[in-house]
Amino acid sequence: MIARIRTVFVQEFRLARRNQWVLLATLMLTLFALALAFFGAGQGAALKADVLSLTAASLATLSVYLIPLIALLMSYDAFSGEVERGALALTLATPIRRWELFAAKFLAQCCAAGIAIVGSLAIAGAAVALVYGTEPAGLWAWARLTATSALLGAVFVAAGLTLSAATGRTARAAAFAIGIWLVMVVLYDLALLGGIMAAGEGVFASRVFPWLVLANPADAFRLYNLAALDAAPVAGIDGLARTLPFAPAAALGALALWLAALLALGMNRTGRIEP
Amino acid sequence: MNVLDITGLTIAFGKTVAVDNVSLSVAPGERLALLGHNGAGKTTLFKAILGFLKPASGQIAVAGHRPGSDAARIAVNYLPETVAFARNLTGREVLEYFSGLRGAPRAEIAGLLERVGLTGAADRAVGTYSKGMRQRLGLAQALIGAPRLLLLDEPTSGLDPVSRHEFYGIIAEAASRGSAVLLSSHGLEEIQNRTDRVAILAQGELRAEGTLAELAARAALRSTIRVTALPGEAERLHAELGGTRVNGTRLDIPCPPGAKLDLLARVGSHAGALADFDLQTPGLDDIYRHFSGQPLREETPQ
Repeated sequence: MIARIRTVFVQEFRLARRNQWVLLATLMLTLFALALAFFGAGQGAALKADVLSLTAASLATLSVYLIPLIALLMSYDAFSGEVERGALALTLATPIRRWELFAAKFLAQCCAAGIAIVGSLAIAGAAVALVYGTEPAGLWAWARLTATSALLGAVFVAAGLTLSAATGRTARAAAFAIGIWLVMVVLYDLALLGGIMAAGEGVFASRVFPWLVLANPADAFRLYNLAALDAAPVAGIDGLARTLPFAPAAALGALALWLAALLALGMNRTGRIEP
Repeated sequence: MNVLDITGLTIAFGKTVAVDNVSLSVAPGERLALLGHNGAGKTTLFKAILGFLKPASGQIAVAGHRPGSDAARIAVNYLPETVAFARNLTGREVLEYFSGLRGAPRAEIAGLLERVGLTGAADRAVGTYSKGMRQRLGLAQALIGAPRLLLLDEPTSGLDPVSRHEFYGIIAEAASRGSAVLLSSHGLEEIQNRTDRVAILAQGELRAEGTLAELAARAALRSTIRVTALPGEAERLHAELGGTRVNGTRLDIPCPPGAKLDLLARVGSHAGALADFDLQTPGLDDIYRHFSGQPLREETPQ
């Protein structure tokens, strides 16, 4: 079992590297992080706030868009591509279990996405700390951001793999990947914003709304990072982070639940693929 | 003991019966060719042997094991009709992957690359391979772990005659080492002298099975004598010899196996009226057509 998972892992990670996903994602995230850090730094100095904490706050808002996109792009073709090329039948003709295949692909792509995320945030964080100096609070905020970004990446890798296994066709998987990204990352927020504007202050805003935010992994990620920052100026939906009916750590629980649910669903779907 | 035993196998997709009450067996070292049109049920049969499809009825035993069980998966290796390995991997990496999944020793890989003639290209990306090289890599993959049963689904479609010849050479070698081979094809000429037995599948049913010589004898096909008459003689020849008029001057006369010489003598007696004469003996295609009820390929207008 371990030998088979390792075999698929090595192959899948090699592919991610050769397709230059790791390099591309690292470059993109590093550039965005550096841009936010150094353009936002003037404001931080004026506020006499720690630049690293401030950058962590703005980067949390940006990562919500970028990381799910990168994770979905890495993973959406993992099964559908092999089904279309006829290679999956060969893999499944060997003694490998379906869940082993899913798990190995998941681990490899998480590693690829994780290396890009951790690497780019480490580079950008080090640059900011060197130029502006930092305090323990800033380092903590940065570490939290890095760890939860990797977790967010894992959730969307699992989502991408699941839809790849469920659709079985590359074109359809790509459409679903874009659809999921739009709904989860963009439209969901807009709908919530519309809801809270319409409902105003009341039961919806204080009781229902926070749970709806928690229900979306992307929002849960942002909520956790912003709620953990005392100094960051937050507004709009993010202002909610100040008046939560639950502890911020509950947002991590939501992410973990999503991950577990998607892994279970993905393995189930992989079991139903007919190569 | 047979490596593959199929008894009364039926596979249905909804109301469509893809494989209908098929029984087959292949012994170690034996090569069996499965012939049939696209849609005859060849690939469905293969998928059932691999354990991807559940039979509606009947049994399959792979080296005595249930398809899809670990023992069966280890015993069978498979080469699908079209397979495209990831373009960014090298040939060696592809083989390492499948060796790892089958738990076969890595030390075997160099030998496999040698057997299929890919040693020089082993560390190049698969994307740079020609069609023939990719197919040979697929075959090397199928030879990993010295399988007891090789399932090859139209392995030579799209290959040039030289590659095809080499391909069958490798298959013969695998069979001589004791692997049973079940391969599908739609060309009878292609598998002539390259397999031990032939099974003809049409619309999911097994129509015939045996050596080519047995099938030819069983079909007892008629030859056709085609005569071309001199101008103005066709009418008279038709009346005398029977057969069918093809055009103004040509006449096709069917000829049962035992009556060849007799008919030849009768045609000879009209030698003065003939412009040309041709004897068409039944070919492999006719044998196939006889059993499957369908022409092997599109009729070419004469």
